[in-house]
Amino acid sequence: MSIAQQSVLAASEASEHRPLIISLFAVFVVATLVITIWAGRQTKDAADFYAGGRQFSAFQNGLAVSGDYMSAASFLGIAGAIAIFGYDGFLYSIGFLVAWLVALLLVAEPLRNSGRYTMGDVLAYRMRQRPVRTAAGTSTIVVSIFYLLAQMAGAGVLVSLLLGITSDLGKVAIVALVGVLMIVYVSIGGMKGTTWVQMVKAVLLISGTLLITFLVLLKFNFNISDLLGSAAENSGKGAAFLEPGLNYGATGTSKLDFISLGIALVLGTAGLPHILIRFYTVPNAKAARKSVNWAIGIIGGFYLMTIALGFGAAALISQEEIIASNPSGNTAAPLLALHLGGVDSAWGAVLLATISAVAFATILAVVAGLTLASSSSFAHDIYANVIRKGKATEKEEMKAARWATVFIGIVSIALGALARDLNVAGLVALAFAVAASANLPTILYSLFWKKFTTQGALWSIYGGLIVAVGLVLFSPVVSGAPKAMFPGVDFAWFPLKNPGIISIPFGFLMGWLGTVLSKEEPDTGKYAELEVRSLTGTGAH
Amino acid sequence: MATDAPPPSTEQHRLPTTEEFTEVQESAEFGELRRSHRSFAFPLTIGFITWYLLYVLLSNYAGDFMGTKLFGNINVAFVFGIAQFLTTFLIAWWYSRHAAAKLDPKAEAIKSRMEGGA
Repeated sequence: MSIAQQSVLAASEASEHRPLIISLFAVFVVATLVITIWAGRQTKDAADFYAGGRQFSAFQNGLAVSGDYMSAASFLGIAGAIAIFGYDGFLYSIGFLVAWLVALLLVAEPLRNSGRYTMGDVLAYRMRQRPVRTAAGTSTIVVSIFYLLAQMAGAGVLVSLLLGITSDLGKVAIVALVGVLMIVYVSIGGMKGTTWVQMVKAVLLISGTLLITFLVLLKFNFNISDLLGSAAENSGKGAAFLEPGLNYGATGTSKLDFISLGIALVLGTAGLPHILIRFYTVPNAKAARKSVNWAIGIIGGFYLMTIALGFGAAALISQEEIIASNPSGNTAAPLLALHLGGVDSAWGAVLLATISAVAFATILAVVAGLTLASSSSFAHDIYANVIRKGKATEKEEMKAARWATVFIGIVSIALGALARDLNVAGLVALAFAVAASANLPTILYSLFWKKFTTQGALWSIYGGLIVAVGLVLFSPVVSGAPKAMFPGVDFAWFPLKNPGIISIPFGFLMGWLGTVLSKEEPDTGKYAELEVRSLTGTGAH
Repeated sequence: MATDAPPPSTEQHRLPTTEEFTEVQESAEFGELRRSHRSFAFPLTIGFITWYLLYVLLSNYAGDFMGTKLFGNINVAFVFGIAQFLTTFLIAWWYSRHAAAKLDPKAEAIKSRMEGGA
């Protein structure tokens, strides 16, 4: 039987059980909508809408942070990258996890202590409000849209596998459905609704992953060495599959790309606005610290399981079938579920449907978090503090947030259709690079550098942002490569897929340069306020 | 929970003036809190980032070493990767212990004094 036939078989097997898959999707959608409506009724003021009333416990928030963070990139993308490139896919898991230490040691607690609703609250604290808030809002929205793009690509891929929808129109319809749902979640449920959706999703994702990991290990009698050996053999690449280098080892340039990716991953997390605003949902900094610890435990456990998922897929499914189903491996995890249950059996179909529903839930929850972060920042930073100069009422601000949600939903639906064939983990890595270049330097300088000025903040945000996004635009991700967004044209002169190695040091450099060249003196009184508040929690909201 | 400070969103404390903040910022007590945080968090951050970059660089440029098989199909690269997980868990635990013992008491003393308006 040819590979193409096998793959068609898998797809038709899936579509035979389409009613089951659709019912599971529907159950999740209905359940989350009920939660959303309930949460919407509890949402009375801005602190409820933006910060869920600050009443979630450290464990609840840890779960929600995990739900916010373990995106389609983690689940579909990493499993796929390991299934195709073996060891090189593993870097994502490690970078995504180690990055949490930056958030834990340097950012989470000071942010919780001194901010209110958005990342911009902290960045603008000691600076001239309007320019810095505009910059913070812009970078929040850009980072979130990059991240959204990856989730939308994941949704399109997943659904085309499951429902056998191959027409472009069908995929666009699915992306649109995801977009509409996220608008509803966020505009009605606010942070409360989003948090609960993320908690439910985290539990589903961990359970689903545990189940598949258990089944994979069972096949290999819980012998990890055997699992790795079979993966190496079945991949056709032998021992090289278990060593670094299959994806990035070919040339000097690709090795540089690997370093660039590595740096972006480890420095990105603490600059992701949708993650940072989660720390406002707990009562104080101590609870924020505890929620990061919970998140590190949950996320770490999950990434350890992605090893079993990725190598399991490589061991049990032929490379040709994985690649035929999606060129970047994004469907390896659901395919693995199908194979574990048996391609021709009802059990296989049930597993496939379950894992796909989990992936769908994953995407929806992350998308909701991203939309909330960008619409909050638009309403609170740009609308209330820049356009209305701080004179907007809470009601007006929340109304602006809801409209921003609709707008961002529409933008991401439009962009989502463009990014279908890129590996979703790679796309998310771009969001990490932009966050690490534009946001992290500014956050760290603001919190810890006495002399930092408004000009420094603006230069580091815009400098990091423009260079990171600009380099992506002229990279092989956008044009000039077979898997690019626009494969037909070639305006790529920057050779690396990830800009981090240039743009992150550039962001730090610009922040320093902008400050030392600044004509205005830093506001020392405001810095005293920020520093004392950030370390002690005095006057925290 | 009940013994902790009440949720900040429901009870507004008096926010100290800029002069009070500046005075506290310059005090020896706050200087010590700042030093306890920075002298722990900064070197540790440099440490774990270096350790992580070592892993990235070895993966890139020391393929033979990373490919050395230790037992069965488990090679150095795999063990190195798992070690990154373990050190992450360990550092998170270590920092939290430090924060609870050395930072929280100092921070709370300053906070309650400032909010009490003494």
